[in-house]
Amino acid sequence: MEIRIENLSYIYGQGTAYEKKALDNISLTIHGGEFIGIIGHTGSGKSTLIQHLNGLNKATSGAIYVDGKNICEEGYSMRDLRFQVGLVFQYPEYQIFETTVLKDVCFGPKNQGLYSEDAEKQAREAMRMVGLDESYEQKSPFDLSGGQKRRVAIAGILAMKPKMLVLDEPTAGLDPKGRDEILGVLRDLHRKQEITVVLVSHSMDDVADYADRIIVLDKGKILYDDVPEKVFTHVKELEEVGLAAPQVTYIMKALRQEGWDVKDTVTTLPEARDQILKELGAGAAFAGRSQDGLTGGKADD
Amino acid sequence: MRKPDRKSIIEGHELRYEYLHYDDEGKVDSSYEALKGVDLDVKEGQFIAILGHNGSGKSTLARQLNALLIPTGGTLFVDGSDTRDESKVWLVRQAAGMVFQNPDNQIISSVVEEDVGFGPENMGVPTKEIWERVRKALTAVGMMEYRKSSPNRLSGGQKQRVAIAGVIAMRPKCIVLDEPTAMLDPGGRSEVVGTVRQLNREEGVTVILITHYMEEVIHADRVIVMDEGKVVMTGTPREIFSRVEDLKKIRLDVPQVTELAYMLKQSGVPLPDGILTIGELTEELGKLKGRK
Repeated sequence: MEIRIENLSYIYGQGTAYEKKALDNISLTIHGGEFIGIIGHTGSGKSTLIQHLNGLNKATSGAIYVDGKNICEEGYSMRDLRFQVGLVFQYPEYQIFETTVLKDVCFGPKNQGLYSEDAEKQAREAMRMVGLDESYEQKSPFDLSGGQKRRVAIAGILAMKPKMLVLDEPTAGLDPKGRDEILGVLRDLHRKQEITVVLVSHSMDDVADYADRIIVLDKGKILYDDVPEKVFTHVKELEEVGLAAPQVTYIMKALRQEGWDVKDTVTTLPEARDQILKELGAGAAFAGRSQDGLTGGKADD
Repeated sequence: MRKPDRKSIIEGHELRYEYLHYDDEGKVDSSYEALKGVDLDVKEGQFIAILGHNGSGKSTLARQLNALLIPTGGTLFVDGSDTRDESKVWLVRQAAGMVFQNPDNQIISSVVEEDVGFGPENMGVPTKEIWERVRKALTAVGMMEYRKSSPNRLSGGQKQRVAIAGVIAMRPKCIVLDEPTAMLDPGGRSEVVGTVRQLNREEGVTVILITHYMEEVIHADRVIVMDEGKVVMTGTPREIFSRVEDLKKIRLDVPQVTELAYMLKQSGVPLPDGILTIGELTEELGKLKGRK
């Protein structure tokens, strides 16, 4: 599926004293199969933007085309859209309410009108996708850890079989391992189930590691829309809008200033390691250096 | 130890806490021990960081520090008061202010400055001084320009700064922050952590910071690592982050710069353990490069 946003603006409290332009003339296209990271300081319009993707917010002006159809037009089925685009809110575990994990994950598909058996089947599949085996089915979701609860909440969305998964800061408040687990689940969904993933995050390290494309929002406008290596070269500009580059990018910048021949577009640790190793080696075997210079490129992780 | 002569503000001995589950008839049907004998000694003016994965007992410990939870075993003294003594509960809470992860659960007023003034007003601070405290607290967290705003119109990060201001305005001797930056962007995060450090250094406020962001603890005087309801490591940030493998075993991590140094070391580069800052890494690498 493809979502094309054209000249989207959104104003909160239009006509009141609290009027605030949250989105200002945004245009972008989300292609099927992408893994997109959206970053921006608090209040930059990230959440407002993603709530347009499944029609929770209605554009003040502009248009949103989902597979060519304008969702802002009369008669568009928002219900269908919401099943196609699954939105996982911030702290989704607060929306868990059922007595068992399975019942909670079933809530979505049942709402879609599926019979219990089919709903349970989809719920079980969804639970597997997020790494929850059957021993969790009859547990109370409230007895689980933070990371597990969040996986239950994500499973609840996946059980509706969305084509696109939009997540608003899904790793906030999780420990490092829990963060890796959730992000690993998203990477699997993206690679194996071919689900389009849109990830809103405050962790520059995470979006650098996982996303293929990064959209930077500032004051309701798109500041950058590019691959991570390009976006994180704008360190100064990012800092000015309350963001940062991954720490590893700063390390490489610092080394460059000391005269090291390393790229400052590095955004992941393995890449950084390989470049530093090459530089340390290059000093010892100076003759081999011109050869080394040819074999740049991105390191595997 | 940077501040060796201070007296203890928090003294916990063999702290335990057991959560009980009740069945439909109100009988206990299961229990879970979240803290299994924790000793804690925090001196006035210290900056303590507590690390641990979700479910390791950090928040249970934090909630005991201002008597939201009373230990089911062991003893806890906060600024000289035994938290089990019900008559001391307000003394305890005045000594140890608490900031939680989700600011939506902590804001009660419809105007920012009134929310920040709520604490001191409750304590019986004279009106004129309340406004002075509110002004200082909001300035400290960089939210002065929003003092007339309605909190529900602020973003998550802004709300959190208001919540912190609300605690600062009560002038507690000790602030306990339970993952205060979990919802903030990098700018907001460094602002909050910077504010907390400044309160610690300049006002002498004791800080207990619980966080999942490893970068935030490198300035702490002491880091306490919890796992399974127990303290499993304690030491300076450098001592703790030298133990990369041990940390990973208990679902934790190290700052990216420490991780990179560790990866380089594994590839045979002779670097020291526990590199915490970019400056340290470039300096060490510079020495190696120069030697070749």
